[in-house]
Amino acid sequence: MKGISFGQYYPADSVIHRLDPRFKVILTILYIVCTFLCKSLVGFAALTLSALVLIFISRIPLRIVLRSVRPLLMIIGFTFIINIFWSRGEQLITPEGWPIRIYAEGIWNAVYMFLRIFALITGTGIFLTYTTTPMDLTDAIESLLTPLKKLHVPVHVFAMMMSITLRFIPTLTEETEKIMNAQKARGANFTSGSLMQRAKALIPILIPLFVSAINRAVELSNAMECRCYHGGDGRTRLNVLRCNGRDWASLAIVVLFGAGILLLNGVGIGYTLG
Amino acid sequence: MDKLYLDHVSYVYSAGTPFEQKALDDVTLAIRGGCITGIIGHTGSGKSTMMQLLNGLAKPSSGKVLLDGYDINCDVNDVLEEWKKLPEYSGMSPRSAKKAIAAKIKKTRAKLCFRVGLVMQYPEYQLFEETVSRDIAFGPRNMGLAEEEIRQRVLEAAAFTDIGEDLLEKSPFDLSGGQKRRVALAGVIAMRPEVLVLDEPAAGLDPLGRTFIFEGIRNYQRKTGSTVLIVSHSMEDMARYCDDVIVMSGARVIRQGSREEVFAHVDELAETGLDIPQITHLMQLLRARGLPLPENIYTVDEAVEALRALLGLGAK
Ligand SMILES: Nc1ncnc2c1ncn2[C@@H]1O[C@H](COP(=O)(O)OP(=O)(O)O)[C@@H](O)[C@H]1O
Ligand SMILES: [Mg+2]
Repeated sequence: MKGISFGQYYPADSVIHRLDPRFKVILTILYIVCTFLCKSLVGFAALTLSALVLIFISRIPLRIVLRSVRPLLMIIGFTFIINIFWSRGEQLITPEGWPIRIYAEGIWNAVYMFLRIFALITGTGIFLTYTTTPMDLTDAIESLLTPLKKLHVPVHVFAMMMSITLRFIPTLTEETEKIMNAQKARGANFTSGSLMQRAKALIPILIPLFVSAINRAVELSNAMECRCYHGGDGRTRLNVLRCNGRDWASLAIVVLFGAGILLLNGVGIGYTLG
Repeated sequence: MDKLYLDHVSYVYSAGTPFEQKALDDVTLAIRGGCITGIIGHTGSGKSTMMQLLNGLAKPSSGKVLLDGYDINCDVNDVLEEWKKLPEYSGMSPRSAKKAIAAKIKKTRAKLCFRVGLVMQYPEYQLFEETVSRDIAFGPRNMGLAEEEIRQRVLEAAAFTDIGEDLLEKSPFDLSGGQKRRVALAGVIAMRPEVLVLDEPAAGLDPLGRTFIFEGIRNYQRKTGSTVLIVSHSMEDMARYCDDVIVMSGARVIRQGSREEVFAHVDELAETGLDIPQITHLMQLLRARGLPLPENIYTVDEAVEALRALLGLGAK
């Protein structure tokens, strides 16, 4: 492979990158809970600050994080506007008698909502997508779901399917690109013509792609059988997930942060969500 | 004029990300028309990338690719001033002239892949039709040719690549690896490109398969007088089939010239880890010991001839 990773994993050397992926999954969930615990102005200030600190610690360029916010701008903008215009409250800002009525509470709500979404995206991004490879993530999920094995849920099979899928996404993407190029070199045109013509133009791509995907699957299963793969029972790992003090410390920090947010909710500066 | 000219061409993959990779670094080279040019270099030296620039599949990050002196990636604004003076556009208002020029550029670009036929690395994955002949016809059909003409071209291309009548109606998925490769090659030859570009056409084939492929390519070149570019690892193949050779290393062109000129620099080639053909090297060593042997010996047959002549035995 060409060192091209798929998804948004951003290689860097930071504390967060080195955390145990299982802890990162838990930390993400806790952090999401924190964003929803937040109610007061001081609380939101702390939340925003924590998101910025996370970006800083993870050594991921701010512009990369902001880029992932961009596709959501529409939604954020939409909720922002809805909050401003549809919230009802006591402090009317617009003069009496105007057709549009905007309340101070509406503006607070909108701003808080924006900060919450920002923290959500940054938190999940920094803890999971940017700093954890998809493979680590699957391992972590398998490990965290192990208790379900008692209920006869085939956790290992699902995890294996997921990692194979993840592993082959870049391969198949590359393959698709190659096939498209090869057909373009023979004058195939995918971008013009009627809908019907365009659908037909996909045949020269889809057939080779399916053929190669099926061949790959056969080869892979042969290779796995040759190495005596027979499911998860008794299987050990090359990279055993190990947690250490750093992981527990980070867990403690996030829990304390949540407690702090709860305390700050009591500080009555500015507007506090009901 | 050179058939193809690369003018300070650079190409960067995934620019602006941590995976940034410079695949071509300020490459300038000229390719003569009407002969076979070989391109050698290690894996990762940028050969495939360069090939994809030649038919417009990829655009250089900087620099120009000229085909018969025409910048294949030119933009309306680059050529506007110059082209406006052409008789075709002289009577037009500036706006409609610009429109006409833009349309012309677009059309030229769409036809580019028919003029520069590219056979990609391991091209057998591009086969998709029900029968071999229909697959070969895919390119010509995209050119919008008449059925009769298409049929003609399929037969011609099959002849060049030594695909028998019996194979034409088979499914391409039932063929052997070497046969698939030849069908893929025929699919490009059927477009009768004036420049035929082949990316490692013989990779992974047995010696007989290699010979079939290279002979087919050479036949095509001889019969049509087109320009052929072959990427290969094999010095022996280069020596046997190419007129000119280009050596690439680390995203750069380190040497270009006729086969004789390039192979004269054994040491330099050895430094980049490429070997000249063994027989050529042997002859060079013998010459260094004082035997009056000619310089341009690339095959064992040629060596035998030369040695027989030297020993006064006459031709076999
Ligand atoms: N699609 C791609 N994305 C990113 N990097 C690529 C891609 N294709 C090739 N490269 C990189 O560009 C360089 C040149 O590759 P390539 O042109 O395929 O070399 P060659 O054909 O000489 O083996 C290599 O370092 C390769 O890793
Ligand atoms: Mg290559």
